[in-house]
Amino acid sequence: MRLPKPRGGLSEWLVARLAEPGLSGAAPDADSWDDESISLWTLHELSFRGFEDADDRAEWDPELLGVRRDLETALEDRLRARWAALTPPPAPAAVDVPAALEDLVAADDGPSLADFVRRRADRDHVLELLRQRSVYHLKESDPSAFVVPRLPVRAKAALMALQFDEYGDGDPNRLHSHLFARGLEAVGLRAEYGAYVDDAVAENLEMNNAGSLFGLHRRLRGAAVGHLAAFEMTSSLPSRKMVQGLDRLGLDGPMAAYYDEHVEADAIHEHLAARDICGTLADDEPDQAAEILFGAFTCLDAEARFATAMLGAWEDQR
Amino acid sequence: MTDRDFDHPDFDHPDVVLVPYGPMLLRGAESVQDLEGTVHAVDRPVVALCRCEKSSRLPWCDGTHKVIPR
Repeated sequence: MRLPKPRGGLSEWLVARLAEPGLSGAAPDADSWDDESISLWTLHELSFRGFEDADDRAEWDPELLGVRRDLETALEDRLRARWAALTPPPAPAAVDVPAALEDLVAADDGPSLADFVRRRADRDHVLELLRQRSVYHLKESDPSAFVVPRLPVRAKAALMALQFDEYGDGDPNRLHSHLFARGLEAVGLRAEYGAYVDDAVAENLEMNNAGSLFGLHRRLRGAAVGHLAAFEMTSSLPSRKMVQGLDRLGLDGPMAAYYDEHVEADAIHEHLAARDICGTLADDEPDQAAEILFGAFTCLDAEARFATAMLGAWEDQR
Repeated sequence: MTDRDFDHPDFDHPDVVLVPYGPMLLRGAESVQDLEGTVHAVDRPVVALCRCEKSSRLPWCDGTHKVIPR
Protein backbone atom coordinates (compact mmCIF):
# COMPACT_ATOMS: atom_id res chain seq x y z
CA MET A 1 0.00 0.00 0.00
CA ARG A 2 1.10 3.54 -0.70
CA LEU A 3 0.66 6.49 1.67
CA PRO A 4 -2.88 7.93 1.63
CA LYS A 5 -3.81 11.30 0.17
CA PRO A 6 -3.49 14.12 2.73
CA ARG A 7 -6.74 15.71 3.90
CA GLY A 8 -5.32 18.82 5.56
CA GLY A 9 -2.26 20.42 7.12
CA LEU A 10 -1.36 17.68 9.59
CA SER A 11 -1.72 14.75 7.19
CA GLU A 12 0.22 16.73 4.57
CA TRP A 13 3.06 17.18 7.07
CA LEU A 14 2.84 13.53 8.10
CA VAL A 15 2.88 12.06 4.61
CA ALA A 16 5.85 14.28 3.66
CA ARG A 17 7.65 13.28 6.85
CA LEU A 18 7.03 9.55 6.31
CA ALA A 19 8.22 9.71 2.73
CA GLU A 20 11.32 11.69 3.69
CA PRO A 21 12.43 10.87 7.26
CA GLY A 22 15.03 13.65 7.53
CA LEU A 23 12.47 16.39 7.02
CA SER A 24 12.51 18.95 9.84
CA GLY A 25 9.72 21.11 11.23
CA ALA A 26 7.13 20.53 13.93
CA ALA A 27 3.76 18.96 13.26
CA PRO A 28 0.97 21.51 12.71
CA ASP A 29 -2.42 21.09 14.38
CA ALA A 30 -5.00 19.12 12.45
CA ASP A 31 -7.38 21.45 10.68
CA SER A 32 -10.39 19.13 10.48
CA TRP A 33 -11.80 15.88 11.82
CA ASP A 34 -10.98 14.32 8.45
CA ASP A 35 -7.35 15.50 8.70
CA GLU A 36 -7.05 14.22 12.27
CA SER A 37 -8.62 10.85 11.43
CA ILE A 38 -6.52 10.06 8.36
CA SER A 39 -3.38 11.12 10.26
CA LEU A 40 -4.05 8.74 13.15
CA TRP A 41 -5.08 5.99 10.74
CA THR A 42 -1.75 6.42 8.92
CA LEU A 43 0.29 6.39 12.12
CA HIS A 44 -1.48 3.21 13.32
CA GLU A 45 -0.97 1.53 9.96
CA LEU A 46 2.79 1.72 10.56
CA SER A 47 2.21 -1.03 13.17
CA PHE A 48 0.18 -3.24 10.79
CA ARG A 49 1.45 -3.66 7.22
CA GLY A 50 3.02 -0.24 6.66
CA PHE A 51 3.47 1.65 3.39
CA GLU A 52 5.81 0.87 0.53
CA ASP A 53 6.70 4.59 0.22
CA ALA A 54 7.29 5.20 3.95
CA ASP A 55 10.39 4.50 6.05
CA ASP A 56 9.74 1.34 8.13
CA ARG A 57 11.63 2.82 11.08
CA ALA A 58 8.96 5.55 11.39
CA GLU A 59 6.86 3.18 13.53
CA TRP A 60 9.08 3.94 16.53
CA ASP A 61 10.16 7.49 15.68
CA PRO A 62 9.80 9.43 18.98
CA GLU A 63 8.49 12.57 17.31
CA LEU A 64 5.83 10.67 15.37
CA LEU A 65 4.92 8.73 18.51
CA GLY A 66 4.31 12.09 20.18
CA VAL A 67 1.94 13.13 17.41
CA ARG A 68 0.24 9.74 17.62
CA ARG A 69 -0.17 10.05 21.39
CA ASP A 70 -1.82 13.47 21.09
CA LEU A 71 -4.23 12.19 18.42
CA GLU A 72 -4.99 9.07 20.46
CA THR A 73 -5.64 11.11 23.60
CA ALA A 74 -8.10 13.32 21.73
CA LEU A 75 -9.85 10.26 20.26
CA GLU A 76 -10.02 8.39 23.56
CA ASP A 77 -11.36 11.48 25.37
CA ARG A 78 -14.06 11.83 22.71
CA LEU A 79 -15.03 8.14 22.94
CA ARG A 80 -15.14 8.18 26.75
CA ALA A 81 -17.25 11.36 26.74
CA ARG A 82 -19.82 9.62 24.50
CA TRP A 83 -19.92 6.61 26.85
CA ALA A 84 -20.23 8.83 29.91
CA ALA A 85 -23.04 10.81 28.30
CA LEU A 86 -25.07 7.64 27.82
CA THR A 87 -24.93 6.17 31.27
CA PRO A 88 -23.21 6.45 34.63
CA PRO A 89 -20.57 3.70 34.57
CA PRO A 90 -21.87 0.58 36.36
CA ALA A 91 -20.20 -0.48 39.60
CA PRO A 92 -17.58 -2.90 38.23
CA ALA A 93 -17.77 -5.52 40.96
CA ALA A 94 -21.52 -5.93 40.58
CA VAL A 95 -21.51 -6.45 36.83
CA ASP A 96 -22.29 -9.78 35.16
CA VAL A 97 -20.28 -8.90 32.06
CA PRO A 98 -21.80 -11.35 29.51
CA ALA A 99 -25.31 -10.28 30.58
CA ALA A 100 -24.37 -6.59 30.50
CA LEU A 101 -22.96 -7.05 26.98
CA GLU A 102 -26.20 -8.67 25.90
CA ASP A 103 -28.17 -5.74 27.36
CA LEU A 104 -25.97 -3.20 25.57
CA VAL A 105 -26.41 -4.98 22.25
CA ALA A 106 -30.17 -5.38 22.79
CA ALA A 107 -30.49 -1.64 23.56
CA ASP A 108 -28.57 -0.65 20.42
CA ASP A 109 -31.02 1.18 18.17
CA GLY A 110 -28.59 2.49 15.56
CA PRO A 111 -29.67 2.34 11.91
CA SER A 112 -28.83 -0.89 10.10
CA LEU A 113 -26.87 -0.78 6.86
CA ALA A 114 -27.54 -4.50 6.42
CA ASP A 115 -31.30 -3.84 6.50
CA PHE A 116 -30.86 -1.19 3.82
CA VAL A 117 -28.79 -3.57 1.69
CA ARG A 118 -31.32 -6.36 2.09
CA ARG A 119 -34.33 -4.29 1.06
CA ARG A 120 -33.54 -1.07 -0.79
CA ALA A 121 -29.92 -0.52 -1.76
CA ASP A 122 -28.98 -0.40 -5.43
CA ARG A 123 -25.77 -1.81 -6.85
CA ASP A 124 -23.86 1.48 -6.49
CA HIS A 125 -24.82 1.78 -2.81
CA VAL A 126 -23.57 -1.73 -2.14
CA LEU A 127 -20.30 -1.20 -4.00
CA GLU A 128 -19.72 2.03 -2.08
CA LEU A 129 -20.44 0.26 1.20
CA LEU A 130 -18.02 -2.56 0.30
CA ARG A 131 -15.29 -0.01 -0.51
CA GLN A 132 -15.83 1.57 2.92
CA ARG A 133 -15.94 -1.81 4.68
CA SER A 134 -12.75 -2.91 2.93
CA VAL A 135 -10.75 -0.55 5.18
CA TYR A 136 -11.46 -2.95 8.03
CA HIS A 137 -12.24 -6.28 6.38
CA LEU A 138 -8.91 -6.43 4.52
CA LYS A 139 -7.23 -6.40 7.95
CA GLU A 140 -10.03 -8.25 9.69
CA SER A 141 -9.18 -9.40 13.23
CA ASP A 142 -5.67 -7.96 13.07
CA PRO A 143 -6.27 -5.34 15.82
CA SER A 144 -7.49 -8.09 18.20
CA ALA A 145 -4.37 -10.18 17.53
CA PHE A 146 -2.28 -7.60 19.43
CA VAL A 147 -4.32 -8.29 22.57
CA VAL A 148 -3.38 -11.99 22.93
CA PRO A 149 -0.21 -11.63 25.05
CA ARG A 150 -1.93 -9.14 27.37
CA LEU A 151 -4.60 -11.50 28.68
CA PRO A 152 -4.76 -13.99 31.56
CA VAL A 153 -4.93 -17.73 30.85
CA ARG A 154 -8.61 -18.42 30.14
CA ALA A 155 -9.26 -15.26 28.11
CA LYS A 156 -6.05 -15.84 26.15
CA ALA A 157 -7.02 -19.42 25.20
CA ALA A 158 -10.52 -18.30 24.16
CA LEU A 159 -9.26 -15.36 22.10
CA MET A 160 -6.87 -17.71 20.30
CA ALA A 161 -9.74 -20.10 19.52
CA LEU A 162 -11.66 -17.19 18.00
CA GLN A 163 -8.68 -15.76 16.12
CA PHE A 164 -7.77 -19.22 14.76
CA ASP A 165 -11.21 -19.37 13.14
CA GLU A 166 -10.88 -15.77 11.85
CA TYR A 167 -7.55 -16.69 10.32
CA GLY A 168 -9.00 -19.67 8.47
CA ASP A 169 -8.33 -22.51 10.97
CA GLY A 170 -4.88 -22.86 9.46
CA ASP A 171 -6.11 -22.82 5.84
CA PRO A 172 -5.01 -19.61 4.05
CA ASN A 173 -7.91 -19.98 1.60
CA ARG A 174 -10.36 -19.49 4.47
CA LEU A 175 -8.70 -16.49 6.13
CA HIS A 176 -11.57 -14.03 6.50
CA SER A 177 -9.68 -11.03 5.11
CA HIS A 178 -8.70 -13.20 2.12
CA LEU A 179 -12.33 -14.25 1.58
CA PHE A 180 -13.25 -10.56 1.54
CA ALA A 181 -10.48 -9.80 -0.98
CA ARG A 182 -11.83 -12.55 -3.25
CA GLY A 183 -15.29 -11.07 -2.83
CA LEU A 184 -14.07 -7.60 -3.83
CA GLU A 185 -12.48 -9.00 -7.00
CA ALA A 186 -15.67 -10.87 -7.86
CA VAL A 187 -17.75 -7.67 -7.75
CA GLY A 188 -15.19 -5.77 -9.83
CA LEU A 189 -13.50 -3.82 -7.01
CA ARG A 190 -9.80 -3.62 -6.14
CA ALA A 191 -8.72 -6.19 -3.59
CA GLU A 192 -5.25 -5.10 -2.54
CA TYR A 193 -4.70 -4.18 1.09
CA GLY A 194 -5.73 -0.57 1.81
CA ALA A 195 -7.13 -0.06 -1.70
CA TYR A 196 -9.94 2.34 -0.73
CA VAL A 197 -8.55 4.19 2.29
CA ASP A 198 -8.67 7.46 0.32
CA ASP A 199 -12.44 6.98 -0.07
CA ALA A 200 -13.06 6.30 3.62
CA VAL A 201 -15.39 8.80 5.31
CA ALA A 202 -14.24 10.24 8.64
CA GLU A 203 -16.82 8.16 10.56
CA ASN A 204 -15.31 5.02 9.05
CA LEU A 205 -11.75 6.10 9.84
CA GLU A 206 -12.75 6.90 13.41
CA MET A 207 -14.39 3.48 13.77
CA ASN A 208 -11.19 1.83 12.54
CA ASN A 209 -8.98 4.08 14.65
CA ALA A 210 -10.92 3.17 17.80
CA GLY A 211 -10.37 -0.55 17.13
CA SER A 212 -6.66 -0.04 16.48
CA LEU A 213 -6.28 2.21 19.54
CA PHE A 214 -7.79 -0.49 21.76
CA GLY A 215 -5.74 -3.25 20.16
CA LEU A 216 -2.41 -1.46 20.31
CA HIS A 217 -2.50 -0.41 24.00
CA ARG A 218 -2.19 -2.98 26.80
CA ARG A 219 -3.93 -0.47 29.07
CA LEU A 220 -7.01 -0.73 26.84
CA ARG A 221 -7.14 -4.57 26.65
CA GLY A 222 -10.56 -4.62 28.32
CA ALA A 223 -11.97 -2.15 25.80
CA ALA A 224 -10.39 -4.20 22.99
CA VAL A 225 -12.13 -7.45 23.94
CA GLY A 226 -15.40 -5.63 24.70
CA HIS A 227 -15.22 -4.06 21.25
CA LEU A 228 -14.60 -7.49 19.74
CA ALA A 229 -17.55 -9.01 21.61
CA ALA A 230 -19.99 -6.31 20.47
CA PHE A 231 -18.72 -6.71 16.91
CA GLU A 232 -19.28 -10.48 16.94
CA MET A 233 -22.64 -10.17 18.72
CA THR A 234 -23.98 -7.89 15.97
CA SER A 235 -22.62 -9.79 12.99
CA SER A 236 -24.54 -13.01 12.45
CA LEU A 237 -28.03 -11.67 11.67
CA PRO A 238 -26.79 -8.62 9.68
CA SER A 239 -24.48 -10.90 7.67
CA ARG A 240 -27.51 -12.94 6.65
CA LYS A 241 -29.25 -9.74 5.52
CA MET A 242 -26.14 -8.82 3.51
CA VAL A 243 -26.33 -12.22 1.78
CA GLN A 244 -30.01 -11.63 0.95
CA GLY A 245 -29.28 -8.14 -0.40
CA LEU A 246 -26.29 -9.29 -2.47
CA ASP A 247 -28.39 -12.15 -3.91
CA ARG A 248 -31.21 -9.72 -4.72
CA LEU A 249 -28.79 -7.56 -6.72
CA GLY A 250 -27.21 -10.49 -8.54
CA LEU A 251 -23.98 -10.08 -6.55
CA ASP A 252 -24.07 -13.68 -5.34
CA GLY A 253 -20.78 -15.53 -5.52
CA PRO A 254 -17.63 -14.97 -3.46
CA MET A 255 -18.80 -11.73 -1.77
CA ALA A 256 -22.05 -13.34 -0.67
CA ALA A 257 -19.98 -16.36 0.43
CA TYR A 258 -17.88 -14.07 2.63
CA TYR A 259 -20.98 -12.84 4.47
CA ASP A 260 -22.44 -16.33 4.47
CA GLU A 261 -19.35 -17.58 6.30
CA HIS A 262 -19.97 -14.93 8.97
CA VAL A 263 -23.53 -16.04 9.63
CA GLU A 264 -22.25 -19.32 11.06
CA ALA A 265 -18.84 -18.26 12.31
CA ASP A 266 -20.05 -15.27 14.29
CA ALA A 267 -22.96 -17.22 15.79
CA ILE A 268 -20.14 -19.17 17.49
CA HIS A 269 -17.75 -16.29 18.06
CA GLU A 270 -20.25 -14.14 19.91
CA HIS A 271 -20.44 -16.70 22.71
CA LEU A 272 -16.68 -17.22 22.83
CA ALA A 273 -16.19 -13.44 22.97
CA ALA A 274 -18.88 -12.57 25.52
CA ARG A 275 -18.44 -15.48 27.92
CA ASP A 276 -15.03 -17.05 27.51
CA ILE A 277 -13.04 -13.91 26.67
CA CYS A 278 -14.84 -10.97 28.32
CA GLY A 279 -16.49 -12.94 31.13
CA THR A 280 -13.30 -14.64 32.28
CA LEU A 281 -11.22 -11.47 31.91
CA ALA A 282 -13.68 -9.64 34.17
CA ASP A 283 -13.47 -12.54 36.67
CA ASP A 284 -9.68 -12.45 36.72
CA GLU A 285 -9.29 -8.67 36.50
CA PRO A 286 -12.44 -7.07 37.95
CA ASP A 287 -11.23 -3.55 37.18
CA GLN A 288 -11.57 -4.44 33.48
CA ALA A 289 -15.36 -4.95 33.64
CA ALA A 290 -16.21 -1.29 33.05
CA GLU A 291 -13.56 -1.08 30.34
CA ILE A 292 -15.08 -4.07 28.53
CA LEU A 293 -18.45 -2.32 28.45
CA PHE A 294 -16.85 0.94 27.30
CA GLY A 295 -15.24 -0.93 24.40
CA ALA A 296 -18.50 -2.67 23.49
CA PHE A 297 -20.42 0.61 23.58
CA THR A 298 -17.78 2.25 21.37
CA CYS A 299 -18.11 -0.50 18.75
CA LEU A 300 -21.91 -0.11 18.59
CA ASP A 301 -21.79 3.69 18.71
CA ALA A 302 -19.13 4.03 16.00
CA GLU A 303 -21.07 1.69 13.70
CA ALA A 304 -24.25 3.71 14.33
CA ARG A 305 -22.45 6.96 13.45
CA PHE A 306 -21.00 5.38 10.30
CA ALA A 307 -24.39 3.98 9.26
CA THR A 308 -26.08 7.34 9.89
CA ALA A 309 -23.48 9.11 7.74
CA MET A 310 -23.80 6.63 4.85
CA LEU A 311 -27.60 6.50 4.89
CA GLY A 312 -27.77 10.30 5.19
CA ALA A 313 -25.49 10.82 2.18
CA TRP A 314 -27.53 8.37 0.10
CA GLU A 315 -30.76 10.05 1.18
CA ASP A 316 -29.37 13.42 0.04
CA GLN A 317 -28.62 11.99 -3.42
CA ARG A 318 -32.21 10.95 -4.00
CA MET B 1 8.75 -29.05 38.35
CA THR B 2 6.01 -31.51 39.23
CA ASP B 3 4.21 -33.67 36.68
CA ARG B 4 1.01 -32.15 35.39
CA ASP B 5 -2.10 -33.97 36.55
CA PHE B 6 -4.26 -34.13 33.43
CA ASP B 7 -7.08 -35.90 35.28
CA HIS B 8 -7.52 -32.78 37.40
CA PRO B 9 -7.16 -29.77 35.11
CA ASP B 10 -7.07 -26.27 36.51
CA PHE B 11 -9.93 -24.96 34.38
CA ASP B 12 -13.28 -26.29 33.21
CA HIS B 13 -13.15 -26.84 29.47
CA PRO B 14 -16.27 -28.82 28.57
CA ASP B 15 -16.79 -30.21 25.07
CA VAL B 16 -20.47 -29.25 25.16
CA VAL B 17 -21.82 -25.94 26.47
CA LEU B 18 -25.51 -25.06 26.50
CA VAL B 19 -25.96 -21.30 26.10
CA PRO B 20 -29.04 -19.95 27.94
CA TYR B 21 -31.73 -19.17 25.30
CA GLY B 22 -29.04 -19.89 22.71
CA PRO B 23 -27.30 -22.68 20.83
CA MET B 24 -25.33 -25.69 21.97
CA LEU B 25 -21.62 -25.13 21.55
CA LEU B 26 -19.82 -28.31 20.54
CA ARG B 27 -16.05 -28.57 20.63
CA GLY B 28 -13.87 -31.01 18.73
CA ALA B 29 -16.56 -32.74 16.64
CA GLU B 30 -15.72 -34.07 13.19
CA SER B 31 -19.28 -34.56 11.93
CA VAL B 32 -22.85 -33.77 12.96
CA GLN B 33 -26.04 -35.54 11.84
CA ASP B 34 -29.12 -33.30 11.47
CA LEU B 35 -32.79 -34.12 12.09
CA GLU B 36 -33.22 -35.47 8.56
CA GLY B 37 -30.31 -37.81 8.95
CA THR B 38 -27.89 -35.86 6.77
CA VAL B 39 -24.34 -35.91 8.09
CA HIS B 40 -22.44 -32.60 7.91
CA ALA B 41 -18.66 -32.43 8.10
CA VAL B 42 -17.30 -30.04 10.75
CA ASP B 43 -14.28 -27.94 9.80
CA ARG B 44 -14.10 -25.64 12.83
CA PRO B 45 -12.76 -26.23 16.33
CA VAL B 46 -16.11 -25.15 17.83
CA VAL B 47 -19.56 -25.18 16.23
CA ALA B 48 -22.88 -23.75 17.44
CA LEU B 49 -25.83 -26.10 16.99
CA CYS B 50 -29.30 -24.57 16.76
CA ARG B 51 -31.65 -25.40 19.66
CA CYS B 52 -34.57 -23.12 18.76
CA GLU B 53 -35.08 -24.97 15.43
CA LYS B 54 -35.72 -21.63 13.68
CA SER B 55 -32.27 -21.29 12.11
CA SER B 56 -32.14 -20.78 8.35
CA ARG B 57 -29.19 -23.15 8.18
CA LEU B 58 -29.91 -26.09 10.40
CA PRO B 59 -28.23 -27.81 12.11
CA TRP B 60 -26.09 -24.70 12.67
CA CYS B 61 -27.13 -21.64 14.70
CA ASP B 62 -27.55 -18.44 12.67
CA GLY B 63 -28.50 -16.17 15.58
CA THR B 64 -32.25 -16.26 14.84
CA HIS B 65 -33.01 -17.21 18.48
CA LYS B 66 -32.23 -13.59 19.38
CA VAL B 67 -35.35 -12.33 17.61
CA ILE B 68 -37.63 -14.93 19.22
CA PRO B 69 -39.45 -13.59 22.30
CA ARG B 70 -38.39 -15.49 25.44
